[in-house]
Amino acid sequence: MTEISTSPTHSFLDYAPAPESKSILHLKKSYGLFIGGEFVKGSGKPFLTVSPSTEETIAEIANASAKDVDAAVAAARKAYDSTWRKLSGADRGKYLFRIARLVQERARELAVAESLDNGKPIKESRDVDVPLVAAWFFYYAGWADKLDYAGLGPNPKALGVAAQVIPWNFPLLMLAWKIAPALAAGNTVVIKPAETTPLSALIFAEILQQADLPAGVVNIITGAGDTGEALVNHPDVNKVAFTGSTAVGRAIAKSTAGSGKKLTLELGGKAANIVFDDAPIDQAVEGIVNGIFFNQGHVCCAGSRLLVQENVHEEVVERLKTRLATLRLGDPLDKNTDIGAINSREQLDRIRTLSDIGEKEGAERWTAPCVIPDKGFWFAPTIFDNVSTSSTIAREEIFGPVLSVLTFRTPAEAIAKANNTPYGLSAGIWSDKGSKILAVADELRAGVIWANTFNRFDPASPFGGYKESGYGREGGRHGLAAYLSSAGWGAK
Amino acid sequence: MTLESAQALAPAERAVGLIGSDLTEKSLRLHLEGLPGVDAVGLEQRAAGLGTRSIKTTSKARALDTIIRLIDLTTLEGADTPGKVRSLVAKAMNPDPSDPSTPRVAAVCVYGDMVPYAVEALGASHGDPAKGLISVAAVATAFPSGRASLHVKLADTADAVANGADEIDMVIDRGAFLAGNYGLVFDQIVAVKDACRREDGSYAHLKVILETGELNTYDNVRRASWLAILAGGDFIKTSTGKVAPAATLPVTLLMLEVVRDWHRLTGERIGVKPAGGIRSSKDAIKYLVTVAETAGEEWLDPHLFRFGASSLLNDVLLQRQKLTTGRYSGPDYVTID
Repeated sequence: MTEISTSPTHSFLDYAPAPESKSILHLKKSYGLFIGGEFVKGSGKPFLTVSPSTEETIAEIANASAKDVDAAVAAARKAYDSTWRKLSGADRGKYLFRIARLVQERARELAVAESLDNGKPIKESRDVDVPLVAAWFFYYAGWADKLDYAGLGPNPKALGVAAQVIPWNFPLLMLAWKIAPALAAGNTVVIKPAETTPLSALIFAEILQQADLPAGVVNIITGAGDTGEALVNHPDVNKVAFTGSTAVGRAIAKSTAGSGKKLTLELGGKAANIVFDDAPIDQAVEGIVNGIFFNQGHVCCAGSRLLVQENVHEEVVERLKTRLATLRLGDPLDKNTDIGAINSREQLDRIRTLSDIGEKEGAERWTAPCVIPDKGFWFAPTIFDNVSTSSTIAREEIFGPVLSVLTFRTPAEAIAKANNTPYGLSAGIWSDKGSKILAVADELRAGVIWANTFNRFDPASPFGGYKESGYGREGGRHGLAAYLSSAGWGAK
Repeated sequence: MTLESAQALAPAERAVGLIGSDLTEKSLRLHLEGLPGVDAVGLEQRAAGLGTRSIKTTSKARALDTIIRLIDLTTLEGADTPGKVRSLVAKAMNPDPSDPSTPRVAAVCVYGDMVPYAVEALGASHGDPAKGLISVAAVATAFPSGRASLHVKLADTADAVANGADEIDMVIDRGAFLAGNYGLVFDQIVAVKDACRREDGSYAHLKVILETGELNTYDNVRRASWLAILAGGDFIKTSTGKVAPAATLPVTLLMLEVVRDWHRLTGERIGVKPAGGIRSSKDAIKYLVTVAETAGEEWLDPHLFRFGASSLLNDVLLQRQKLTTGRYSGPDYVTID
């Protein structure tokens, strides 16, 4: 090789740091609860939210006690009775359009806050999360005055007060998935973001003030599991929507049973990403990467089980390793970062434990060559090859950047293995043959099936699971059904 | 299978090595049509993703110099004159008179009849770009359409080589390719490669222009790339610059995947040249990122990657001046060639 570079010791691939500036944020030292349109003090002991990439404290966050939950539900009830239910659909839509535009205006700020608090790379919060948040509000704003056409018969009714509990993996996007359809359908909301990622929701509260949304229509309360429990079990709540772990979802299903509350659950997953030998191979490798390493694998619909046809197994795994070696792990605010930080020490411990079990059970472990920063919570992209269907890592949701590789020989075997899980949230199929994709998709028990792509979301497309992945659908016309009842039934 | 197509194709070392010594139209077709498909949406998504890399400060400075070293400074006009070519050569040798630290471009690219003027103007600076010298590339084979008899194409090529061209940019017969006559396209590339042979037994480097804007599908681009490599091309090049669309990032990404795969298979490195339509430093940097993250950064070498461009150089010079002086100047602060 000839000498051509200015300084031969420098690699072109050593991209100079390109951090997104934090100066756009105007963070407060401490945040209260957003109840009745105002920030109020919480009566519980406040907690700190930290940046998972540096372990530095970002802000102090109020902790909602049962008393605060009461106040939030009462504010939502009052807003429902006095204002929101009386507004026309077109007027509700106006507020939603206004929120969507404000999200776009403050997109950079929201993206920086999200990456800071959650640890996800800025390129994802900037190019995926925040644009989708705006898209969700725009989409449901359009539905607000067209509920007669939602497929629920004429003049469907709002349910009342919705209690919503959301996870830490897509803090702002999950908030949008919950709030947008609820408001479009005419409900008022009390929402609790996860305790490790409250920041973007609190900035969103400022957006609601800016939008002049009537007080109490959306209340945002922060706290841990007990706050969520008090919220979903509150007697004056008509609807419970939860996204999170299957264990908590199961507990909520039990405690709300017989209460008359309408319930939707979006829980865990262990999705199969099926690669046939006639797949567009380079794009399939990209899809596998996007399927499991997007958002550090903190995705309920992540393609965590790679099912690859035996005759292309070696080639796919080799190409995958080459590709993973180009991923950049590090500062979530750097625009060139591909893999950010794990959201919390607790989650990191879980990923480590499950990975160690995988190794002990005989799977072949391969880790991408990344330099791990000294501070913060990090886990390098990892592949387990020769995983058997009985392995723990092929059955349990790891919720981290860990891919289990299994093989199959025939489409029937691929389908059987893909369905052989208590979950059923999503699946992916890679093949150049359209008829094969349709035939296989027909047999898969999963709520969302991607063909020759993975982890693509659109507000018009319903999302949700089978079996232990939950019930109810979010997004699209189907997402409205979770927040409406047919006229004369169940409405308060 | 007709008798004609059962005829053995011209022997080309690479094709024989990969497909076997009984190289026929049929065996070639089976190989090309057996390549995995390309998913257009996924390919374009990946290219867009590579395009979001943020190359700043020191990385940007190095990238700009790298771009200059990889440029084939081009003039391919019917109105070209010896004077125009001399002016182009002067620009190639001294891109920015206000800054002597500016590197030289890799080559000048001209029509065959302009080669003697380019060679003369370069004088002692004529030679291998890896040694800081400048090569002369000539377009040949009835560029840009390729619509001439093989006899004419070969004469065109031999003429340019005899005049001192170091590199030949040939066009493939797109009509034959689209009609499925892969063997004909293959044989022509082999014959042109043979016409690149100099008296001393060495060869001018052969760049094979696929004219991807006329091939229309990514599957075709992949097949044509393999075909050109199997027939002996040293470089695969996207476009003539006379057909829109010319070079695009997804097409270049796809061609880089082919040369990466060829290297994985054989250990041999083939060059890639996107040409036409790359006018800004910002776009060119996206190509560098795509090269480094797909084929590997060893491809950022004038023997393995080139930009076919004319106006790109001045934009890079303006960006370079901005980095050194801290302010933007205007188009009158760089020379027109």
